[in-house]
Amino acid sequence: MQLTTVWFVLIAVLWTGYFVLEGFDFGVGILLPALAPRRDAHSDIDRRVMINSIGPTWDGNEVWLLVAGGATFAAFPEWYASLFSGFYLPLLIILVALIVRGLAFEYRGKIDSARWRRNWDRAIFWGSAVPALLWGVAFADIVRGVPLDAGHHYTGTLFTLLNPYGLLAGLTTFGLFTLHGAVFLALKTRGEVRDRARLLLMRIWPPVVAVAAAFLLFTQVAHGKAATWVTASAAAVALLAAVTAALRGRDGWAFAGTALTVVLSVATLFGDLWPHVLPSTTNDAYGLTVHNAASTHYTLTVMTWVAVVFTPVVLAYQAWTYWVFRARLTRDVIPVATPAAPPVATGRAEPEKSTGPGRVAGPEGTTA
Amino acid sequence: MTALDVARWQFGITTVYHFIFVPLTIGLSVLVAGMQTAWHVRKNPVYLRMTKFFGKLFLINFAIGVVTGIVQEFQFGMNWSDYSRFVGDVFGAPLAMEGLLAFFLESTFLGLWIFGWDKLSPRVHLATIWLAALGTNLSAYFILAANSWMQHPVGYRLNPITHRAELTSIAKVLTNSTTLVTFPHVLFGAFLTGGVFVVGVSAWHLARKRDTVLFGKAMRYGLVVSLIAAVGVSVSGDLQARIMTKQQPMKMAAAEALYTTSAPASFSLFTIGSLDGGQELWSVRAPHVLSFMATGDPNGKVEGIDDLHKAYEARYGPGSYKPVVPVTYWSFRLMIGFGFLAGLLALAGLWFQRRGSRWFHRAALASMALPFLANTMGWIFTEIGRQPWTVFGVLRTKDGVSPGVGLGSVVTSLTVFTLLYAALAVIAGVLMVRYVRSGPPSEEETTTEEPLPAFSY
Repeated sequence: MQLTTVWFVLIAVLWTGYFVLEGFDFGVGILLPALAPRRDAHSDIDRRVMINSIGPTWDGNEVWLLVAGGATFAAFPEWYASLFSGFYLPLLIILVALIVRGLAFEYRGKIDSARWRRNWDRAIFWGSAVPALLWGVAFADIVRGVPLDAGHHYTGTLFTLLNPYGLLAGLTTFGLFTLHGAVFLALKTRGEVRDRARLLLMRIWPPVVAVAAAFLLFTQVAHGKAATWVTASAAAVALLAAVTAALRGRDGWAFAGTALTVVLSVATLFGDLWPHVLPSTTNDAYGLTVHNAASTHYTLTVMTWVAVVFTPVVLAYQAWTYWVFRARLTRDVIPVATPAAPPVATGRAEPEKSTGPGRVAGPEGTTA
Repeated sequence: MTALDVARWQFGITTVYHFIFVPLTIGLSVLVAGMQTAWHVRKNPVYLRMTKFFGKLFLINFAIGVVTGIVQEFQFGMNWSDYSRFVGDVFGAPLAMEGLLAFFLESTFLGLWIFGWDKLSPRVHLATIWLAALGTNLSAYFILAANSWMQHPVGYRLNPITHRAELTSIAKVLTNSTTLVTFPHVLFGAFLTGGVFVVGVSAWHLARKRDTVLFGKAMRYGLVVSLIAAVGVSVSGDLQARIMTKQQPMKMAAAEALYTTSAPASFSLFTIGSLDGGQELWSVRAPHVLSFMATGDPNGKVEGIDDLHKAYEARYGPGSYKPVVPVTYWSFRLMIGFGFLAGLLALAGLWFQRRGSRWFHRAALASMALPFLANTMGWIFTEIGRQPWTVFGVLRTKDGVSPGVGLGSVVTSLTVFTLLYAALAVIAGVLMVRYVRSGPPSEEETTTEEPLPAFSY
């Protein structure tokens, strides 16, 4: 296999990892208001159950994006340059969303004020919903192609990217990630949050399946190949299997199903794209392929060695993290008071009130 | 204002802003790991409380460093697409390595550290903070290797057909002499930042006689680290200056506003006159010092701006090869000045520590800003001093900007980031002050027997 092929596959793998992992993080963020509505008496503690379910891992999940970006820069500089400068405003919006969302997780519990938390909750919702939608738009536009000139510079506008096909893809990723997040919460929590997640699943799966099927069908009719018809069909089967498992309360299988759906959908898109990386709609010759966008053989060789040695290590310790935090979360294990939000004047944190076993402040100095 | 100007302002603003938080992350990650190690070894609960207190401050700071870092990786492609096309083959490699080797390590093990207090054995849990600290420090190495290549490109060739830089030796890029001196300089600067931060926070509490045992220990720890770091930063800075004189003589000449080649050259401490140092009314000069700094020989020859400019025009064709001299001149001085004062504070602190002077506590609090200012000035100096080049001698900054991105887009982006970053600075600042004031957790809070999950959010 040529190194350019290897790197095309590796970058596809990195994006797949990103969407599988941050996909459910986005879903959890999107579901925050739906599964723990403000009017509910336990709203705050339920929100904290949800946020803590992704607490230890969301940042590691987001690094998949950074590595995908870095790998694209190293292996296909032309692709990185045309894509990032061409998709300028959507990327700007995604960046802002990821910034406020990341800070929201860290800062939400740091001051005990309803207004403070409400604002950060908004940041979590919008910071999850917007990228969940825009990543779909971006990838559909990559597969569909964008106007490029002879120098591979993007010549369209923001509205070139917001075409109906792109928006359908956006709805698809938004729906899939929401479903993926709901299934994840059903797997990772117990009690009210899990019940609500399952209830919601029953309501949202028909439109999600319909939108996703429409998107895959459009994609395949316009750009499909024999091999990707297989992956696209498999994605559809995986999605239906995931829904079936979810409805029967088989949380693990349901999660495996939605994860597989994401994997197969991304595989379909990259398969359709190959051997292009960014086709041009103005003139075929202006498009970027794995050949004219790639770095030199030497650079690809170096990077292949780095990837071969270190990717398994990363996968091993990330998998271990999920193993360490495998326990389901419930309201009972969340400390009653908002952690570490001490009154300023006393100069000393008030010990949190214990109301019984299981409600004592966790022994974490990092409470907040 | 052209898109180029705005893109440059955005890079400057977002990078300087990002690097307010990064050195504190680098320094505190190791300092907090040290505190937890002390607890692990000595079993004294005061070290656990110290770890948790400074750990919390570390995390408030870490979060904002992480999220602003995403912008850094993306804006090369967004605003500097021609730069990316030109250098990607070389420059992309350390960036990708940074992600794979450093960012994953840092974020994953920090997650384990925050949430794993009762899920991991104490020894494994201690290892997680060290691994996160390792990731943080490694990331500095890779990004500095990338930056050093821009200062002093090595291990590449120019492809005459594509007009792109192509990597010929990754070993040369990763062991670039510039990287080898810049990495310790930045690292020591980061430890100085972390050390002085711990000193300042401890001083605030000691001045109010709160938790004097804990903060007494933290103070000593911070002072010792700061002093070592201050020495390290000057030694590595000295080596860097010599290498810089060889590799980028114009930057050194501009740093000194030295227009005519001199041997021996004196170091100007302070000047009153025209801003660019072209005309001097009054100045304080240390004879022979510049010669020594630049060459290691007190009578060594240091080339001046005018002579270098002639040589560059002969080599690269007509044009302007002068950086903005006033900025280069003053940022260089201020970097050294702020860093020196921070080192002085550490020295004074170790002296006054025994008596606990009120003046020292005030000075320590005020000095917390010094390392941040020195870091900022250092980056402004080294980046402005390289202009008009992005890759020294190879690619000009104006040739790197994205040709397809219009002024409107860049202005929007600059406005959004500036406003957002300003708001985030206020939020992070408020949180930081609040948590500094609230002090460490009490002993009963940190020694709950129940094996409960630790929740951070």
